[in-house]
Formats: sequence, C-alpha cells, structure tokens
Amino acid sequence: MNIPYTRQTLDNGLDVLVHEDHGCPIVAVNLWYHVGSKNETPGRTGFAHLFEHLMFEGSQHYDKGYFHPLQEAGALLNGSTNADRTNYWEVVPTNALELALWMESDRMGYLLPALTDAKFANQRDVVLNERRQNYENRPYGFAGMAIMAALYPADHPYQWMTIGAAEDIRAAHIDDVRAFFQTYYRPRNASLALAGDIETEQAVELAGRYFGELEGGHEPPPVQVPTVAPFLSERRLVLEDRVELPRLYLSWHSPAIFAADDAELDLVAEILASGKTSRLYRTLVYQERLATEVAASQSSRELAGYFQIIVTAAPGRTLDELERAIAVAIDVLANEGPTPQEMERCQAQAEANFIFRLQTVGGFGGKSDQLNAYNVFVGDPGFFERDLDRYRRVTPASVQRVAREWLQPESRVLLSVVPRGRSDLALAGSQPVTVS
Amino acid sequence: MRVDRARLPALGADPSLRFPEIQRRTLSNGLRVWTIEHHAVPLVSFLALVPVGASADPLERPGLAAITSDMLDEGCGDLDAMALHDTLGRIGGHLDSEIGSDATILTLSSLGRFADRASALLADMVMHPRLEAPDFQRVRELRLNRLIQLRDLAPALADRAFARLLYRDHPYGHTPLGTEESLQAVTLADVRAFHGGMFTPSQATVIAAGDATHDALAASVEAAFGRWSTTGDGKPPDPSLWPLPEPPEERIALVNRPAAAQSELRIGHIGVPRHTPDYHALLVLNIVLGGQFVSRINMNLREDKGYTYGARTSFDFRRGPGPFALSASVQSDVTIDAVSEALNELHAIRGDRPVTAEELQTGRAALTRGYPRNFETAEQISRGAAQLALYDLPDDYFSTFVPRILAVDEKTVTNAAERYIDPARFVTVIVGDREKVSPEIARLNMGAPAELTSI
Repeated sequence: MNIPYTRQTLDNGLDVLVHEDHGCPIVAVNLWYHVGSKNETPGRTGFAHLFEHLMFEGSQHYDKGYFHPLQEAGALLNGSTNADRTNYWEVVPTNALELALWMESDRMGYLLPALTDAKFANQRDVVLNERRQNYENRPYGFAGMAIMAALYPADHPYQWMTIGAAEDIRAAHIDDVRAFFQTYYRPRNASLALAGDIETEQAVELAGRYFGELEGGHEPPPVQVPTVAPFLSERRLVLEDRVELPRLYLSWHSPAIFAADDAELDLVAEILASGKTSRLYRTLVYQERLATEVAASQSSRELAGYFQIIVTAAPGRTLDELERAIAVAIDVLANEGPTPQEMERCQAQAEANFIFRLQTVGGFGGKSDQLNAYNVFVGDPGFFERDLDRYRRVTPASVQRVAREWLQPESRVLLSVVPRGRSDLALAGSQPVTVS
Repeated sequence: MRVDRARLPALGADPSLRFPEIQRRTLSNGLRVWTIEHHAVPLVSFLALVPVGASADPLERPGLAAITSDMLDEGCGDLDAMALHDTLGRIGGHLDSEIGSDATILTLSSLGRFADRASALLADMVMHPRLEAPDFQRVRELRLNRLIQLRDLAPALADRAFARLLYRDHPYGHTPLGTEESLQAVTLADVRAFHGGMFTPSQATVIAAGDATHDALAASVEAAFGRWSTTGDGKPPDPSLWPLPEPPEERIALVNRPAAAQSELRIGHIGVPRHTPDYHALLVLNIVLGGQFVSRINMNLREDKGYTYGARTSFDFRRGPGPFALSASVQSDVTIDAVSEALNELHAIRGDRPVTAEELQTGRAALTRGYPRNFETAEQISRGAAQLALYDLPDDYFSTFVPRILAVDEKTVTNAAERYIDPARFVTVIVGDREKVSPEIARLNMGAPAELTSI
C-alpha cells in the first residue's frame, strides 16, 4: 500500500511530485511553502498567516483576486497556515490544470507588484475578524494560547499560536510582507504535488514550464530553537472564560513528528480517549458520568510535539475529581500496558485511517497533501509505507513504556478553564493567566 | 516555451464524466437496496437512510427523533454499547450518524474484507437497537449538558432563534437537539415507540458502495436487512400538509451577549421545498449572491469592507420549505453597517442590480465544472445517491444536472430572485453586545428589536 509518485527537482530547487489516479476527471494541485508561525519572532506573531491571506488577493499578471478565474473553472481551493508550513491547494477539472499552475506560479513569482496598502489593510481586518470568530467569541477559545505560552519559553518558535496576538496583527507592516515573501516564498523553499487524472510526463513538463522561470532564491535562515528544560514540577493555571462547564486541559511535551515514540503516543491517545471503548470515555463519561466529553491527542510537529488530554466536567462534578481519575488511568496504562484487544483495535483503526486517507487526491489531508508532508518533513515522498509501519511495529511493551516516560505527573501543564468569576472551580493551587 | 503572462490559459473542452451506475433492487420487506461499485481503494461504505428526522418530533417532544438516533449505537442485538464499539474498532469501522429535519442517516465505512460484518452491524443498529434504561439516562444527560454548553455558542444561539422566529410551532421551528423541557420529560417508552413506529423497511433505503461487485454488495445487504420487519408504517409526515406560519411581528430580534467580540447574524425568511421546479435557477442565484467566495455578499462584507471572516447565503432545500438565510459573524462595532450592506445586496439582486451576464457565466460554470468533484469517493457517491432516495429524484438526476444548470439564463435568475427573496418578510437575528448594537438599530427603520432571553 502506497502512493506511487515521481519526483523531479527543477533547476530553481522546486520539488515537483506527480501521482496518477485516473478515477475521476480532476487534478489536485497542492503547494507547500516550508514556512509557518515558527518562523516568526515575538512581537511579530500571526504574520505567516496574514501573509497567506495576501496570496489570495491577486498577483502582477492577474490582479483581480485569486478566486475568480479558478471558481469559474470549477475549482475548489483553499490554503492554511500552521506552525511549520503553509499550504495552498486547488482541486480542478482536468482542463483547468494549466490555469491553476499559471495562477500558483504567478503568485509565487510576482506577488509583490500587485500588493497595495488597501489590500493589506483589508486583509488585516479580515484576519482580526477570523481571530474574533474562531478564538475570542468562541467558548474555551483562548485555551490554546495559554497552553502554548506555558509549555514553551518566550523565545521558542512554538510559544504562540499561528493566529498570533491581536496587537501584533495590528502592528504588522506592509514592508514586512515584502521581506517575508523574498525570504520564504521561493521555489527552493517549496514543494509542488500534482495528483489525479494526468500523465506524469505531461504534468512534469507543465510544472517546469510554469515554475521553471522563477528565481530559486536562497535557503531561508534556520529557525533558532532554544532548549526546553524538562519541567521539574507541574504547572497549574486557571483561565476565566464565557463558558458554562469547567474544562481541564492536561498537556505534556512529546516527540516531534515521525520521531521515536511519536506513533506509540498516537496509540496511547487512541487507547485513552478515542471512541466509546477507550479507557477515559468508558470510565469518565460512560460509567462514572464525571465528564461530558473527553479527548486525547498526540500533536506532533516538526520541532517538537505535545500530548494533550481535554476533559469537560459534568454539571456538579469537579476538575479535581477528573484530574485524579485521569492520573489513575495513565498510571494503570504505564504499569500494566494495553490489553491485546486494545492493541488489535487500535492497529486496525490506524490501518483503516491510512486507507481512508487514500480516497481523495486533493484538499487538506488528501494524497497530494500527504506527498508534500512526507517530502517536506522527511525528504521522502514515498514514506507512506514506512509511516504505516511505525504503527504496525508498536507493541504493548512500547505503549506502556512511552506512557511511563512521557506522561509523568511532574511534567504536566494543567489548565483549568472556568466560568467568569468562578476561579474556585479550578484545580487547587492554580495561578490565574490572562490571554486576549 | 515561455509562459504567456498576458492572458490566462484557455480551458479547452470540459472533461466528460461517466456517472457511477446505481443498481436498484427492492427486498421482499420493501427495503430499497442500491449498490454502486467503486474500486479505487479497499473500502466499503453502507448508508442507511430513514426518512424520519427532527420534523417528525411530536409538537410537545422536540428532540425525540435525535435522541432516538443517538441511542442506535448504544448497543444492538447481542452486543452492548462497549462490545459494539469494540467490534467496530476491530473492523476499522468509521460510524457516522446524522440527523436533519427530514432524515436520519447512518453511514458505516470499513475495510473491504469486513464488508459482511459492517453490513450486519449497521443492520443491527437500525433494526435491533437495545434501547435500555441506563443508556437512555446517560444519553439524555449528555444531550442536556450539550444544551447547556450551546448557551455560549453564538452560532448555535442564532440558529435556534432564527428557526423559532420563522417557524414557531411548525415542525421546522426547532433544531434537532430539542429543548431542555422536552429532554427532561422524554421517556424511554417514547423512544421505543418512536423507533418501532418510524423505522420501517418499506420507507428506508440502504446504499452500499465500494470495492465489491453489485451482486456482492446487494447480497451483503440482503443477508443483513432481509429479515427486517416492523408493525409501524413509518410514513414520514407530509410537509405539504403543514400550514406555514405568518411572518413574525418582530422584524428584528436581539440576543444579548455582553462584551461579545462579534455579532452573529441571520437574515432571511421561509424559503422553498426541494421539489420546487426552480431548484436549478435558485442554485445559480445563490452561488452569485452568497454561495461561494466570489459571491456578492462575501466580496462586499469581507473583501471590500473587512467586516467579517466570511459571509454567505443559502437556500436550505428540504421536503417542506426550509429557510433562506444570510449568515455571517461580524465585528461588533460595525454590526448595523453590516446588516445594512447585507440588506442592500439582498434587495439589489432582485432588480436594481440584477445578475449580470458575467456573473451568470461564473456561477453556472462553477456549478457545472465543479460537479465531477462530487463523485470521487464511495461515500460521496452514496451521499449523492441518498439525496435521490430522500427527495424521490429521477434516476437520471446526475446526468441532467449540468444541462439544467446551463439552461438557466439571466432572466430566470432575476425572476427567481424577485419571487423567492422577499424583503418584506425578512427577519433579522443579531446575537451580540446590546450596548454596542442597540443604539444604532434605529438606523435600520425596523422598529425596536425584540429581545430574546430564553432560546
């Protein structure tokens, strides 16, 4: 099982990956720039994402907005920014492949001549509204910001969320856009995947024609990552928010994406909180009814990961009760390991998840996005089978070991989010934090 | 060859799309079984469509259909909830359950080699859910807690208030979750009676799609669902029999959310049923007005004014007339400016600034050229087919979609706008900070807002 592909690197350094899938007369164009909020600096947060917005506002040779010709051609398109990378994609009918390549290559090569103060000011307002909609006006919306700030030191590239601080977004300047574009939006820092109803040879030729003329640029400066000293004692924080039910976030540092123990911790998350048979759902929601919901995840990123458990208290139950129950569940897993039944279920689910991801050529998480992820993060677009092998190789003993090694009580960050004026509902000993 | 940057590359002819063949059979118990072969990946998907949704809730029991559907995976046949979910996990199953106004849809996808097991599990959930007291108590409690949490979610508040104002006691006047009062009062006997009366093979459709032959898929469904029999007639309510309420007295309503960073907006009125002969014209109208990024509403409120992260309109086509609504979440201090701009756009497309030839071309092309994307995965195709089953659409529906869209002209769109967008009936709901919004509402000349407190 894999995603067959061809890779060709253009003279300017742009990687071109092609995967044929003739099931449906569509092609996915997926372009990754290896830049994200980790490339920002304190005081300038949110910029990589604001920049992504400007990529949709037109470029030198088609300066009437990015969406119009593509939506008229039947394309679905979008982009996203996270800490590590920014991606842009179109899924087009086969006859619009050249159009999509023309548009993507024009904004890669010729964005700045079309940039204006008006566009910049408009998209800054749009991004501030995105922040209001998805964080400020949403219950528990500030939790992520408080947690990142607690997990990482001030100069660490993961210390802030990709959306950034509102005051930083307001302070962003159009000159920063120019510098950012010249540093990061170069063919050498990008990876282009084409997947769908195309012939490889023709796809490579087209990619070369549209992108080959662009200057490669230099390698961007490396990201400075300060060492994070292991936490010697847990941190307890409380955030007041417009919420009805208190919620507890438990977070730990964890391995980076594809690093040792990453897949094991993914399965730990699965065993603890995925589906009704998971340990925490069964005890906290199903049997004891202490919680209304529980989730766990291993969020692995390029430089480092974090493991997180999120649990919401049922009315009348306390976060202290939940914290104790979760500590016990982790303890049991670390001491006794998973059951054979749990291993069978989690590994079958992992395999199915890999196959489910093979169903679509484009969009977030489709085959083209996957090829780029492997190419950018491990330098091998053909990593699919090895990636799946990481999950096949997990043993009960290795699950037990990572639970013991990574999920220690003294290295946790515990954030209580409680209704306004009810800091008494937080875990005992929590320090107030403010986020805005 | 150097790229010609002076003009965009021509598209050339649109690719032809071969629509997936749907084989249709009916079992002796009346169950319709549709199969679709799709061999791209070793997966199968089984979709059970029961044409009973939240609109089938008794007037005094809003939420009954949804809590019933929620109970289906709490144990079935020989398996209690834990055993059922353990089994689902071990076949790599993905279970999805959704309830809308008109239907309950359960979809179970799994690795192809477990097709028979998946089909049997789905059948057990639909036919023989255990519906036991401890599970019911827990599920009800969780749904009540969900209601509590929604008090702080502005979009949920806006949706509930909007449905209530538009439809009142009409079956579309509540969201599937129901109300606290109703959930407190509902009993396990209600759920059992609802399931027994409404879940019947003669009204349901099972759609099997994936990496197997038509015959194998059909055999799998028949083995699992063949012995389904019930006493109820499961006839879903007929929406054409429901009288529509008059537009409310309140033209504008406010749900106060002190210090909210944004105001959540809904503007619209009762729309049209799925069966309208103007369906395709309305799709074109909507995509120009607020149905995609380059639509008028989004270009105005987002790309020109920067008031919002995004704004859109939609006709919610149901068996009966669903709502037509404009939705957006806008910066608090420009709330009334945003409402004014939105109202201007809704007015203008009816005649002052009718759809232009260029807009028509863009909108039609987006719909027709984008159509192949809906046929990529087995589950997408099943969901498309489920629409045919639910709304009794003709067998050639997929293959006639593109020509019908292309047949819509400017005049048809403007006529549709005039006829189906009626500013005189608009209701505007604002979930936002009263202190910021109220002083400016007078500018809209809609009278004083009704303040809604319990939603």
